[in-house]
Amino acid sequence: MSWTGKILRIDLSAGTCTSEPLNMQWANDYMGQRGLATKYLVEETDPTVDPFSPDNKMIFATGPLTGTIAPTSGRWSVVCKGPLTGAIACSNSGGFFGAELKNAGWDMVIFEGKSASPVYLDMTNDQAELKDASDLWGKSVWETETALRERRGDPDVRVASIGLAGESGVLYAAVVNDMDRAAGRSGVGAVMGSKNLKAVVVRGTVGVKVNDPMAMMKTSNAAKEILAENAVTGEGLPTHGTQILMNVINEVGALPTRNGQDVQFDGAHDIGAEAMAEVRESDGQSNLVSNHACFGCPISCARRSKIDPTHFTVKDKPQYQGVSGGLEYEAAWALGAANGVNDLEALTYANFVCNEQGMDPISLGVTIGAAMDLYHAGAISQEDTGGVALEFGSTEAFVAMVEATARGEGFGKELGQGSRRLCEKYGHPDFSMTVKSQEIAAYDPRGIQGMGLAYATSNRGACHLRGYTVASEVLGIPEKTDPLATEGKAGLVKAFQDATAAVDSSGTCVFTTFALSGEDIAPMVDAACEGDWSVERFVEVGERIWNMERQYNIAAGFTGADDTLPERLLKDAAKTGPAEGSVNRLNEMLPEYYESRGWSASGEPTAETLGRLGL
Amino acid sequence: MHKALVMEADACTGCHQCEMMCSYGKVGAFNPSKSVIDITIFDGGAVNVPSTCTQCEGAWCMVVCPVEAITVNSSTGAKEVSAEVCVGCKVCTIACPFGAINYDVDSGVVTKCDLCGGEPMCVEACPTTALSFVAEDSTGYDKMRRNAILAAGIEEGIA
Repeated sequence: MSWTGKILRIDLSAGTCTSEPLNMQWANDYMGQRGLATKYLVEETDPTVDPFSPDNKMIFATGPLTGTIAPTSGRWSVVCKGPLTGAIACSNSGGFFGAELKNAGWDMVIFEGKSASPVYLDMTNDQAELKDASDLWGKSVWETETALRERRGDPDVRVASIGLAGESGVLYAAVVNDMDRAAGRSGVGAVMGSKNLKAVVVRGTVGVKVNDPMAMMKTSNAAKEILAENAVTGEGLPTHGTQILMNVINEVGALPTRNGQDVQFDGAHDIGAEAMAEVRESDGQSNLVSNHACFGCPISCARRSKIDPTHFTVKDKPQYQGVSGGLEYEAAWALGAANGVNDLEALTYANFVCNEQGMDPISLGVTIGAAMDLYHAGAISQEDTGGVALEFGSTEAFVAMVEATARGEGFGKELGQGSRRLCEKYGHPDFSMTVKSQEIAAYDPRGIQGMGLAYATSNRGACHLRGYTVASEVLGIPEKTDPLATEGKAGLVKAFQDATAAVDSSGTCVFTTFALSGEDIAPMVDAACEGDWSVERFVEVGERIWNMERQYNIAAGFTGADDTLPERLLKDAAKTGPAEGSVNRLNEMLPEYYESRGWSASGEPTAETLGRLGL
Repeated sequence: MHKALVMEADACTGCHQCEMMCSYGKVGAFNPSKSVIDITIFDGGAVNVPSTCTQCEGAWCMVVCPVEAITVNSSTGAKEVSAEVCVGCKVCTIACPFGAINYDVDSGVVTKCDLCGGEPMCVEACPTTALSFVAEDSTGYDKMRRNAILAAGIEEGIA
């Protein structure tokens, strides 16, 4: 407890489902979810494997707190080698699927091999069976989930599936559960598609037991109280969602705009939280319908949105006119500011399409931004784009590219390969806003220095969720640091990375860390699990995971030279705002970061560091 | 006076904390499938409706039970099922107009809300105002007051 102690292994080549005991030594050393699944991947696969080979494995993993009363206990992860990056891929999702999997009695499901024809995994508690999915292949996530729910005749089943993007190998395809929650980044959905696995359906009624229920209640209640009283988790996120950040980050001068050409977007106020809540003239409704919670979450940052039914994107398409998953900040930025598009309804439509067909809106948006840059520079023309004038700020062009990518048609096929491959193909690798081939997130490292180091050293390629120093540099959590300074950022990034790796392995959501620290989360793990889970152990597990991921990437062929940023962020100064005149000064932070990690000057963990962490 | 469990769909976010806590009280595990309070999610999560037994004064489940397995707890007013007496005939599940009493396959008896002996764990778990436990004669007044505020078009009402 609170591990179920059981793993389900699915050999897709042989068509078998077998149960095996969880390796408890690894559970004690890597906790669960991100850390534990990565440990299994490291032990069971060759890091140089082709991500689309049957020899790559894909692991669905819960954490020890998943499905418990701990606040935000709905988290689960998908871990595999990522096709976008060639690095470790670990994508985290919320919703209800993860808790259902845990309630069915499983810590993890390991998928290996490749099915000869499309299949889905049908699970009820300890019963698991691979079933024919030929009739579902070619269907969207929404159609697949609806069909499987109807087939089971049980409204309480939970489904995780891929859409057209995962089937066709879009390199940033997502695994989507509960219609619009996604393990979004690094192309985990494409790996699922490469295995001919369309969906996983689960119903769990076994229940989740914890080691010390009274301590679990006490520590969870304490954490819930802190979350409720905190301005971000108790007020900002429930009311406005992550979109509250749009105007904040724009003011800071760190909103990457038009593929990183600018750091402020004059249309930011049209696409943020305030705009979502505004009443539209056309139908007297607002884009935002309500907030919504993932399983066990008292924050409820998720948005439910309804697109203006008269908008050109949906007016003849009833399937997009209902209420569905609305814009989060990252999606609104990537689909909007990164392309110079300020049409909130069009961005919401694009977000719906990302959910419907299983695509990461961050990578999709940034890749379209790169294509607009190529068009702007004359490197591509309407002959390449299928007749579309791919101008920055063109809503029509943007929507056409989203649809083409989702369907894998025409120029959409190029866009589905991500920004790095696209820009290299057309002779402008410097236009690609990527690190380790993964697109950057919604914080410009010229305006928030620490995020530059966080992107450069993220083990899954550029990502805001591996070390969210924005919390400190902008929001003052746990203490305010100067976003334009590089001093102290090496230690800050390391601390955020290690803590996040631990939280991502616990079964709870990293958004709790706006309010909670290891001092609050470790006691919940301690209550749930056997053994002594001190704060020190919790953070050490995070550091161990970080170094394990690093070792995996080195074995996969990455070196310290890959810990860098797009040239534009290092050489072209911000033109406006508080960061005007600034570039990201990565070189001032990286050596100190390596040193604080106990890595060599070329970025390799030393024998001493590996020994200290038991690696 | 007894207290009543009040459920407000408008405030519910669908987080299921109540189901987890309820199931813990009933079966000693976090297991929403064993909860006797249930959240039904509509419209992609825009509408979330909590439902459980409202402890009818003239409780149909109690009236129809052929073995008198359902009795009134005099201190809380809750209609409680005795697992020892219940024979699992399920007549009560047919009689209840709200579907608030259910048969549990694993135990072979019916289960329903018993107000946790007077301190409902679901109310404690709820992170919003969707669940509250109020004096029986004040049920509905909060809603009435909110509607009055809306009708008057003012920010805050006067007591």
